[in-house]
Amino acid sequence: MDNNAIIQIRELTKSFPMGKSKFTALSNINLSLEKGEFTGLIGPSGSGKTTLLNIVGSLDTPTSGEAWVLNQSIGSLSAKEAARLRKEKLGFIFQSYNLLAVHTVFENVEFPLLLLKIDAAERKKMVMDALEWVGLTDKVKSKPPQLSGGECQRVAIARAMVKRPSLVLADEPTANLDAANSHHILQTMVKLNEELKTTFLFATHDDKVIGYLRRKIYLLDGKVANDEWVKDYHTVK
Amino acid sequence: MKTALKLAYRNLVGAGLRTWLNVIVLSFSFVVIIWLKGIMMGWDYQAKSDMTDWQIGGGQYWHEQYDSFDPFTLSESHAVIPEQFNKEIALGDMVPMLMVQGTLYPQGRMQSVTIKGIDPHQNLFLLPTHRLDTVVDGIPAIIGLATAQDMQLEKGDLVTLRWRDANGTFDATDIVVVDIFSSNVPAAEASQVYIPLQTLWEMSDMEGEATLLTFRDEDEERAEVQGWVLKPKEVLTASVDKILKTKTAGQSVFYIILLLLAMLAIFDTQVLSIFRRQKEIGTYIALGYTRREVVGLFTVECAMHSILAVLVGALYGIPFLAWQAKAGWTIPMDAGDFGIAMAQTIYPVFSIGLIISTVLIVVVVTTVVSYWPSRKIAKMNPTEALRGRIQ
Ligand SMILES: Nc1ncnc2c1ncn2[C@@H]1O[C@H](COP(=O)(O)OP(=O)(O)OP(=O)(O)O)[C@@H](O)[C@H]1O
Ligand SMILES: [Mg+2]
Repeated sequence: MDNNAIIQIRELTKSFPMGKSKFTALSNINLSLEKGEFTGLIGPSGSGKTTLLNIVGSLDTPTSGEAWVLNQSIGSLSAKEAARLRKEKLGFIFQSYNLLAVHTVFENVEFPLLLLKIDAAERKKMVMDALEWVGLTDKVKSKPPQLSGGECQRVAIARAMVKRPSLVLADEPTANLDAANSHHILQTMVKLNEELKTTFLFATHDDKVIGYLRRKIYLLDGKVANDEWVKDYHTVK
Repeated sequence: MKTALKLAYRNLVGAGLRTWLNVIVLSFSFVVIIWLKGIMMGWDYQAKSDMTDWQIGGGQYWHEQYDSFDPFTLSESHAVIPEQFNKEIALGDMVPMLMVQGTLYPQGRMQSVTIKGIDPHQNLFLLPTHRLDTVVDGIPAIIGLATAQDMQLEKGDLVTLRWRDANGTFDATDIVVVDIFSSNVPAAEASQVYIPLQTLWEMSDMEGEATLLTFRDEDEERAEVQGWVLKPKEVLTASVDKILKTKTAGQSVFYIILLLLAMLAIFDTQVLSIFRRQKEIGTYIALGYTRREVVGLFTVECAMHSILAVLVGALYGIPFLAWQAKAGWTIPMDAGDFGIAMAQTIYPVFSIGLIISTVLIVVVVTTVVSYWPSRKIAKMNPTEALRGRIQ
């Protein structure tokens, strides 16, 4: 396999049991992503974007074929190894933010660092840095219910980025945001991608997101329909 | 573990009102269960010490024919006091009592009674027998309050007493009620007439005889005596244990309700939470927790609830229980209706053991309850949890 690849998928198929038969959500996927990409899985609803993202995120396993993420084969990881991969190397951003409602902004962002057992002083610095990236240093003590949707998603980005993961997986990150907020968080992510060389993989059908992608992988009915690089890509305007 | 403690703490404090409601319900269960058990222990203690003071001392020898449930055995159950006890009796550490069947005629009515002959100078029982050491127009007698009310007798009243002597001959005389006592011990009061032992010996022609020998010291090794049955204190108070056991059984319904309440509090935080919090669980897993660690976090949260409940319970429970132990709890019904010694006011007794065992029971029960959802979490599919799809 290609050692520069951060994600390598071979002949991947995923099917779900449906009563007596089964439903094939992904069939025969072959893909490879390198470090630093800013790439999206694009496709209509039900095309398998989330399913593929979940497998890459080691939250699910392939039915057949292989998915290598950061040189680890997702299908053969134990629950503990998979948790460790997510804890150390992966960041997640969800459509509905998935913040811990009873924790403050600071505590939400601090969470991944607690799991990594980083000491308090270092933690504080890293959390403040991450909140700086997303421009939320004035909201450290707020709790998610007091924030707007855009602010919530920025907290979620800070939480995903705070440990400087190798790979960030973002599933419909703008689906609940208005245009202005969508552009704001996308610009933030582009900036982090360029400054920290973090690899981003999106699942989306939002044109605003698609406009920022450098590589577009189109999924249709669980298959890769098209895979193209944007030729003359402009960074943040 | 440290992380789990920190996160559990944040979750509890963050949940605010909900946490405190559950904690208060839980603490209420602790305090009420401890209070109820304290009442039972206080009752047990009070019943036994009242029995000791008024009825059984440190234990008794019963004449072998004597049956406390059958008054007709009284005519057979008397014998000369064994000589070996003379010294103990002389020291006042043993009190012989002779019992004879009799009939009282208060205001022309006929009431069957047990006549008890007792040394007026005894100090083993709290019975005011010294009042028997007087000269009145008849035989001085003391009776219990219950009997006095029953027969409408008052201090100073003169009433006719009929009895049968050792030879089966009937005789009658007047007694004078010189004192009325109140003891909480039905067996020491109900239809009992206490008169001086010497007088009863003469009346019944049973000089030197007794039915019961009560001794003071419950710890001393006692010899078996021919013709007498040794009844140690534990045997004599067994009826208290038995009745309290049935009362306790009735109370268990109450305990179960309280435990259910406690479980409900935990149910709310733990069981319902896996539905309410499944997205959160999915998030923990996405952020790098294993399902086992999520279970650990939830268990720590549950344990913290219990600990908080103990602390909050202590906050109002200690003053409340201390006040109860001092002021006592007045039974809201007539205590005389119970079959055993029972004062109208019970002073609950709270031992360290009682408190610790109650706290342990509640903590164990709530932990077990919290384990059920944990198993569900352990089987949860993280992708479905994240979507909040589990029913
Ligand atoms: N656990 C599951 N059991 C059964 N079928 C599933 C399961 N998860 C996904 N599917 C099915 O697989 C297909 C792909 O689902 P997926 O969630 O990956 O779509 P998607 O591209 O993310 O769609 P959307 O844009 O609506 O989020 C869908 O038809 C879905 O119903
Ligand atoms: Mg999806």
